[in-house]
Formats: sequence, C-alpha cells, structure tokens
Amino acid sequence: MERIPILRMGQFLLVTIQVDMHDQLALQLQDDLTQKISDTGAKGVLIDISTLEIVDSFIGRMLANIAAMARVLDAETVVTGMQPAVAITLVELGMSLAGVRTALNVESGMELLYQMRGDFHSELEG
Amino acid sequence: MSKLPDILTRHQNQIQADWIKQMVGTVKRADLMSDTELREQSRDLMAAIVFGAKDGNVGTLEGDAWEGARQLLTDISASRARQGFTPSETATFVLSMKQPLFTAIRAELSKSPDGMFDEIWNATLLLDKLALLTADAFIETREQVITRQQQEMLELSTPVVKLWDGILALPIIGTLDSARTQVVMESLLQTVVQTNSRFAIIDITGVPTVDTLVAQHLLKTITAARLMGAECIISGVRPQIAQTIVHLGIDLSQVITKAKLSDAFALCLQMNGKTVVSANGRGKASPVGPLRSEAKKEE
Repeated sequence: MERIPILRMGQFLLVTIQVDMHDQLALQLQDDLTQKISDTGAKGVLIDISTLEIVDSFIGRMLANIAAMARVLDAETVVTGMQPAVAITLVELGMSLAGVRTALNVESGMELLYQMRGDFHSELEG
Repeated sequence: MSKLPDILTRHQNQIQADWIKQMVGTVKRADLMSDTELREQSRDLMAAIVFGAKDGNVGTLEGDAWEGARQLLTDISASRARQGFTPSETATFVLSMKQPLFTAIRAELSKSPDGMFDEIWNATLLLDKLALLTADAFIETREQVITRQQQEMLELSTPVVKLWDGILALPIIGTLDSARTQVVMESLLQTVVQTNSRFAIIDITGVPTVDTLVAQHLLKTITAARLMGAECIISGVRPQIAQTIVHLGIDLSQVITKAKLSDAFALCLQMNGKTVVSANGRGKASPVGPLRSEAKKEE
C-alpha cells in the first residue's frame, strides 16, 4: 500500500507530498502523522505541497484537520510551497485554512517553526 | 431570368462613373481617404459585383461567385472602421450605387414598366444585402478593437512591482470586478512564487469605490496569498473609503491596513529586519522614523 513518508528532523516532522493526493492516501497520512507526533513528541510539522497541483475540498479540509489535530498534540503545523493555482482553488472553495501557518518554501517554513518554538521557550523562561 | 446581370455588365463603366460622382457629392470624406483610393475601391467592388451577378444568383450573396465581392466589401468596411468613418457613411458607400444602377435599368427597360419594376426590386434587394454586409463587417471590426483594448487595459492596469528583496507592491487602478480580480490574483501569486516574496502591498489609492464585492475580491486575493505563505498589506485607504468599509460592515480585522504606501513599505522593511538610516550616519537607527519624515517631505 502506498504511503507518504514522514521524516523526522530534530524536534520537527517533515512531510513532502509528491504524488497526487487521493482520499485514501490523505486519511492514511492523517493516521500516520498523528501516530508519529505522539510517538516522537514532535513540536512541529512541516507539510510541503510544492508539487501538489490539484486539490479538492477534501484535501483542503484534511490539511486543516491535520493542523488542528497536531495542535491538540502540541505541535505547530506549517504548510509550505503552495502553488498559486492551488491557493486560488482553495479560496474559491471557501477554505481559508485559518488555523494553518504557511510559508513560501521549506527553508522559510523551518525558520518559522524554529521561531515559533523559540518564542514558546522564551515565554516559558521569561 | 433576371436581366440585372446583363444590365450591370453593359453599363458597368457608366454606373461606376455616376456612382463615384454621387459619392463625391454626398459621403466622400476627403480628410480620411484620397480620391484615388476611393476610385480604386469602387472599381474593384464594381467588378466583383458584376462578376458575382453574372455567375451567381442575384437574389442572394451566397455561393462561390459572390465570394470575391463579400471578401472585398468586408475588407473595405474593416479598413473604414479603423480609419474613423461613421457606420452610416460606410453603408452609404454601397447604397449610393442605387441611383446610377436605377438609371441604367431605366435606360435599358423603359419600354416595359413591369420588367423595369422587377429589375429595380432585384437591384434593391442586392444592394441592401451588400449594405447590411458592410454594416456587419464594420461593427465586427469595432468589436475587435474594443475587445483588444479591454485586454490591453486589463494587462496594463495590473503590474506587480518589486520594491525590495521579498517585498512586492501591486498598485490597483480602476474598479475591481471579478475578471480583473482573477488577473490581479494570478499575476500577484505568480510573482510571489517567482520572486520568493514574503510581503505584498496592495495599494488601492486608484480604486474609486470599495463596495462589498470589491472587498470580497480583495479578501480572496489576500487569503490566497496567505495560503502560499505571503503576507498582504492593504495601503492607500482614503478617508471616504475607510468610512464606506465600516458602514458596509466589511471585516478587515484580519488584514493589516495602512493609509499610505510608504507606511506599508516601512512596515515591511521593519518586519524584514531592515532599518533605514541617513547616509551621513547621524540618523537614528529607527526602522520607521526616517522613512516617515521623508515621505512627509515629498508631500
């Protein structure tokens, strides 16, 4: 069975979606990712969708769900590299992914994650 | 069998001469076209009509025989539309052939009133069809010009400019409708990807009115940019527009808005970790201060 790999990078998890997402795959990813977050105690999830060219409302909702689930498990989610056409489609579908942080590419996405965790730590310390 | 083709062929030169005389008297626009050009066009058209009438059906303009006349007339009409003739002037070009043609018919058939009436009727039908064709072609050319201009305006009016590394500006001029929003959105998002920009300033100084629809379009663009990881700032909100937005109950609380493009730019620089200081080194290292005072001076 086809799966989307989830890579661990320090305290963050890295998911790059490089195949066309179908619903079953999306649900599988949702399962795997929540499991992995709870196993590793990851503090952030980065989902790179720069090669994703087609989305529907299901995939959009799935992204929002993953972010919400990750937050419940104390991890921040950043979606990176969304294509213009994908962004326009999601907006036209009325999905603004309100709870999801976004970044232009993986690099700035990682920066954002570090920044968010940094803020969190300084808050704890300060 | 209609005698019109015969009459046309036999009196071709006479009709043509009278026709040109007629046009010089009524619709010739010396300011738009030369005498020779007019003569040339009339001669070509006359020849094409004679040819069409000889080989084809006089009652219709269908068929291969009329192809030449149709093509010629369409071209003439199109060129006249571009030169600035009015539609009626263009149609009169064909219709002014009526009198010379009728004269020829009368000369030919003065002995038989019935035959003369039939031929005049045929000739009227033919010339009316030609005139209608002229009008159609004229309007079609105008439509093409209008469509092209619309397209050009659409492209001209949505430039995305790079202000700094990672900072884009999109000055919008004119009313935002759905079609334009689409173009604006696409070009903005495309440029965001190409230049890897984290900030985009949408300047609406040139937008005359902001109603709920325009606001909705703006919010769509901003949401799409946010989904891609770019932050949008709206600038150039005029006092009246601020009032309208509040009165209409449009919620812009999720969006950063600034009164001036310079303010938005200063904010972007600040968020990018850049500061603007005086060249002589005496300026304070405040991110916003010096830029503000410069903006004031420009006004």
